[in-house]
Amino acid sequence: MNFDFTDDQKELGSVVRRFLDEHSTSSHIRSVYESNCGYDRELWTGLGDLGMLGAAIPEEYGGSGAGYLELCIIAEEIGRALAPIPFTSSICLAAEAILLAGSEQQKFRYLPEIATGRKIAAVALNHNNVRPILSDNQLNGQISLVHDAPLADYIIITATQNERATLVIIDTQDCGVTIENRKAVDRAHPIGRVILENASAESMVGAAWKDASGVCRIVHDRAAILIAFEQLGGAERALETARDYALERHAFNRPIGSFQAMKHMLADMFVATQLARSNCYFGAWALQTNADDLPLAAATARVSATEAYEQCSANNIQVHGGIGFTWDVDCHLFYRRSNGLAQLLGGRSHWDDRLITELDKRTA
Amino acid sequence: MTMDFKDSPNDAAYRASAQNWMAENAPHHLLGELQSVPFFTLSLAREDPIAAARAWQRKKAEGGYAAIHWPKEFGGAGASPIQRVIWNQEQGAYAKLDLPFSIGTGMVGPTLMSFATENQKRDFLPKIASGEEIWCQLFSEPGAGSDLAGIFTRAERDGDDWVINGQKVWTSFAQYADYGLLFARSDFSAPKHKGLTMFFIDMKSPGVEVRPIRQMNEGSTFNEVYLTDVRIPDSNRLGGVGQGWKVSINTLMHERMSAFSTPTGFEELFKLCRTMDGPNGHPIDDPVVRSKLARWAALSSGLRYSYYRSVTKLARGEPPGPEASIGKLAAAGAMQQITRYALELQGEEATVMAPEPGLGDGWFQSMFLRAAALRIEAGSDEILRNIIAERVLGLPGEPHSDKDIPFNKRKRS
Repeated sequence: MNFDFTDDQKELGSVVRRFLDEHSTSSHIRSVYESNCGYDRELWTGLGDLGMLGAAIPEEYGGSGAGYLELCIIAEEIGRALAPIPFTSSICLAAEAILLAGSEQQKFRYLPEIATGRKIAAVALNHNNVRPILSDNQLNGQISLVHDAPLADYIIITATQNERATLVIIDTQDCGVTIENRKAVDRAHPIGRVILENASAESMVGAAWKDASGVCRIVHDRAAILIAFEQLGGAERALETARDYALERHAFNRPIGSFQAMKHMLADMFVATQLARSNCYFGAWALQTNADDLPLAAATARVSATEAYEQCSANNIQVHGGIGFTWDVDCHLFYRRSNGLAQLLGGRSHWDDRLITELDKRTA
Repeated sequence: MTMDFKDSPNDAAYRASAQNWMAENAPHHLLGELQSVPFFTLSLAREDPIAAARAWQRKKAEGGYAAIHWPKEFGGAGASPIQRVIWNQEQGAYAKLDLPFSIGTGMVGPTLMSFATENQKRDFLPKIASGEEIWCQLFSEPGAGSDLAGIFTRAERDGDDWVINGQKVWTSFAQYADYGLLFARSDFSAPKHKGLTMFFIDMKSPGVEVRPIRQMNEGSTFNEVYLTDVRIPDSNRLGGVGQGWKVSINTLMHERMSAFSTPTGFEELFKLCRTMDGPNGHPIDDPVVRSKLARWAALSSGLRYSYYRSVTKLARGEPPGPEASIGKLAAAGAMQQITRYALELQGEEATVMAPEPGLGDGWFQSMFLRAAALRIEAGSDEILRNIIAERVLGLPGEPHSDKDIPFNKRKRS
């Protein structure tokens, strides 16, 4: 048993952190907030050029093939930095879906561009039954909410074909595809409505899969672990920000961090982040080794990290007091991102339910 | 070495030999009862629990599994931190028999290893490891709990002896103890933290009186200990005169790692939710119940993996990281909430010591009562939050208005 990252992996984390400290500052994030671009292109392709986006994509498909433990570390740093990039959609979800369900030809075609950040892919892997209809390789219907769709070159979609779920990939340049911007709460991560009118669709699910729902579940589990690392990174940085402010701000002739009400709130935030970190480590191991426990590990990491980020991002504002409610102080960026990540892939109650389902199976 | 949750070949071999040894040597006839008894209590229907505990400890000492993390030269098993985790997993419910020895092996032993003479180590440590002698820890007093450095028990030098007078409280297992680690004030004119000295005493000495406390849960594992003109030789001193605070910090540091074994009651609640017949079927089928369970499942697995992270550090010869400070704080609060929720699910049946399949009658009721103490003992929730805030997060310390003045000159409240 060994339950820590290696020194090399930790060094990778510091390299990514240094890069993001320079290229994903508050002003970078805020310029995405104010622009129509929806992401920081320079940051995105910069990470691609460093091999960070393709860390878990095998070399034959244009990635660096480092592995999932490395990708987890990168995800944590991206979460810490609130990086305004479509990492969750393109890397954690779309690349995983292609790796899992794509044909060899599709992997060679799409993954190298995704790994370098030259192309962006989004996903609409729906749980519900309201899916676009696929017929004769033409897709019709509407998907009301797709994260990063306004940026995407490709979208992977669960569609219904002959009353069964299937997985297709579309090119957003196709004349049958319309994407309407929706007003996102977290403006560094745009959201769109996708309207499909006889859009050309390429089928993705190979013969190995009976239908798309199995693929979606596995992709969601794997992505949940990477997203949990993003949440962990954000939670810890929110805690550190709150701690630093509590040391600097004085009231009643003392640093406010000397009041027990503050100390105890910050201590509880610390407990939440440590529990989340430990659960995330188990998730990282399950992801890397494709362990039988992966679904349980994913749900546990997700529940734990969601809770930590919600607690830390809310209390960060509380520690700051009135100034924390202003637009110019970064507290709300964490608060918004925390909400955005929490609602992804089905949200809290969905993952609570998944966790108990998996635990119940194991106990049976 | 890359992250790995599985046993290495060496770990697997150790586990297999521990399993074989357990199969041949464990007191199997006690297993059912040990599985159903509440945490922190040791009671057996047909046997003297202390005798049963001593017998198991002795057997482990012979088999090389007692005081698992101690060096072999002191009667321990010399196991690596990871082997310690494996052993704890394999020992399972039999670990409840460790209870009377936990202070000795967990806190006193390591303190003796740091501060006792070589002769004392040879005399005392192997008997702690084998369960032949039980030790207690005489720290808290009626007037000094969280503010431990405010103790009043007096140690006065008299020739080659010290004479001890005072009262200790919340002393676990004092009624069975052969020896006690004693924290006393040797200089009342020195500032609070500077006049303290650590000793150990023979609990059979004249002037030692142990009175079990009738606790709110009706157990009596805690005691009051009255010390009246108890004479102990200077050779029973651990560390220098006036150095007791440093020694006590060392003792309490060892408490930290032991705190990770603090249970939460989650597994028992989970089982209750799967098996209990409620008005709408099993509670586990209710989405509201599932959401609550999920949060506690994440907490209890977070504690387990935090412990593994600490063990990984120890295995590398590094001190545990900040994750080690969350164990008892998180577990104690969770146990109170978890047991209260079990009672909520039981409804009116919760107001009696209801039979609990697979567990003793009123298991959740007992643990609900016991959990209130868990949030106080071994560092109250408030003290542990202060420790995290100050030592991990670097926030300012609490004001100590009495820190630098002579102890006998400070204002008494």
